[in-house]
Amino acid sequence: MTKEEVEHLAKLARIELSPAEVETFTTEISAILEYVSTVKDIAGDSADTAPTVGRHHNIFRKDEVTNEPNSFTEALLAEMPQTEGRFMVVKKILNTDA
Amino acid sequence: MHTISELRKKFVSGELSPVTVFDEAIATITAKNGDINAFLAVFTEARDEAVAAEARYKAEGDAAPALLGIPLAVKSNILIKGKKASAASKILENYTATYDATVIARLRAAGAIFIGATNMDEFAMGGSTENSAFGPTKNPLDTKRVPGGSSGGSAAAVAMGAVPAALGTDTGGSIRQPASFCGLVGFKPTYGAVSRYGLMAMGSSLDQAGPLTHTVEDAELIHSIISGTDSYDATTLTKETYPEVPVKDKCVFGVPRKFLADGIDQDVLDTFNAHVEKLKAAGHTVVDIELPIFEKGLAAYYIVMPAEVSSNLARFDGMRYGLSVEGDTLLDVYQKTRAQGFGKEVKRRILLGTYVLSAGYYDAYYGKAELVRTKMRAELAEVFKTVDVILTPTAPTPAFKIGEQEDPLAMYRQDIFTVPVNLTGVPTLSIPMGTVEREGIDLPVGVQYIAPHGGDARLFAIGKKVYDERQ
Repeated sequence: MTKEEVEHLAKLARIELSPAEVETFTTEISAILEYVSTVKDIAGDSADTAPTVGRHHNIFRKDEVTNEPNSFTEALLAEMPQTEGRFMVVKKILNTDA
Repeated sequence: MHTISELRKKFVSGELSPVTVFDEAIATITAKNGDINAFLAVFTEARDEAVAAEARYKAEGDAAPALLGIPLAVKSNILIKGKKASAASKILENYTATYDATVIARLRAAGAIFIGATNMDEFAMGGSTENSAFGPTKNPLDTKRVPGGSSGGSAAAVAMGAVPAALGTDTGGSIRQPASFCGLVGFKPTYGAVSRYGLMAMGSSLDQAGPLTHTVEDAELIHSIISGTDSYDATTLTKETYPEVPVKDKCVFGVPRKFLADGIDQDVLDTFNAHVEKLKAAGHTVVDIELPIFEKGLAAYYIVMPAEVSSNLARFDGMRYGLSVEGDTLLDVYQKTRAQGFGKEVKRRILLGTYVLSAGYYDAYYGKAELVRTKMRAELAEVFKTVDVILTPTAPTPAFKIGEQEDPLAMYRQDIFTVPVNLTGVPTLSIPMGTVEREGIDLPVGVQYIAPHGGDARLFAIGKKVYDERQ
């Protein structure tokens, strides 16, 4: 694991890291990856087995509204950092001022 | 120290009032929480419910709901409508839950009173409660030491005498290890026995909610109320999901001896061996077993869990709720909000999870780890043909000192006995097995009983015999 790789991961994960954080995470994540890599030996040759999820299976329901309209609206709006009327304010995706 | 069953008897007979117990609980919290830091929020307004409970006991007596007037503490990653639920994270510092988790709705219907939200490792990531954004919780039995984690606040709330029981969540040992460190009973149900609706997701294929209590009887009572099929969680079990696991009077216990060979404190192992002898003396059979794949589960866990963490925590975007840090563009807001909102361990796991799920590495890490899980389940199924319950210490050490474990990998090794259980989804009960001495203080250590899928009732039955009825 290199510093550049950690910086790339941070970008993918949408977390801004300080140079000091990049430094420590590079060392720590390398050590953790080295340890967890042992799963390759534990899993062995996978040709004969495929991963399963036990006895769980998909359960479907009708795609329909199950609560009274507006019953959560006020509470949800109250949690939003920025609102305008009954709308959530979202940042623009591209900076066109530049 | 009160148990739920004692309180219930006294509430019904009128010997004790829910109001008195509530006031005592608040007094205990007021006196001790400044030092222990078990609670992040205290719901004093709930006193009205204690007053109403007192009146109901006068009118209904023993016909009143099972938990009427019983004060409970709740880990702060479980939603209680209208109450702060921060999961001990800066990113949710001011978040108020907009609905009740299913476990909360069921406890509420049974009459329980929620007295406060407890401290934890941020988003349940850790084994010491030191990863809280709001300061560590201290172990009430030795305040130089951690209470365990991540449900450390819940464990400390019970151990300091504020409440008879608390709810925790367990993704890789987060109920059992704090129970072990604080001398309590902790229960992690069969995956799917309890609804995850309204729990902040950490590792969705691993998470379960369960009780921390003084007795196995109390743990069973709480579990009986919070468990059951829920239309809001498609992974909840039905009666048909697993074949019936019969309750037994005398059990065959299996001990994976090689698993206990290293990395465990000698006196913890001695205490465990003494527990094994007690089981034999009580007429149970104890045999050695081998679990060569199960015992290596830790490596698979630290792939699967961060992978699920990185996906689940992607929802914290600074837009819909929680902390929002100003930035020029959407991407800027994401990156700044998550940088300031998440603590170090959370960032570490998100990055690790992002790595093991990324193109080119997915098969080598996540794919292999899921394969290991499948093999672990098969291995367990084979062993459970000949034994009823598998036995290990809950943790390799007693409570360690605050600040003692700095290396993340060393901290992860604390989970060696607990995480294979979550990876396979089987139920497990931790009960105190004795104490070991550290610097003149006797510290509790727990033993973990593991049953096959759906064998929750078997664990309660044997746990009551061994622990509740001990001499």
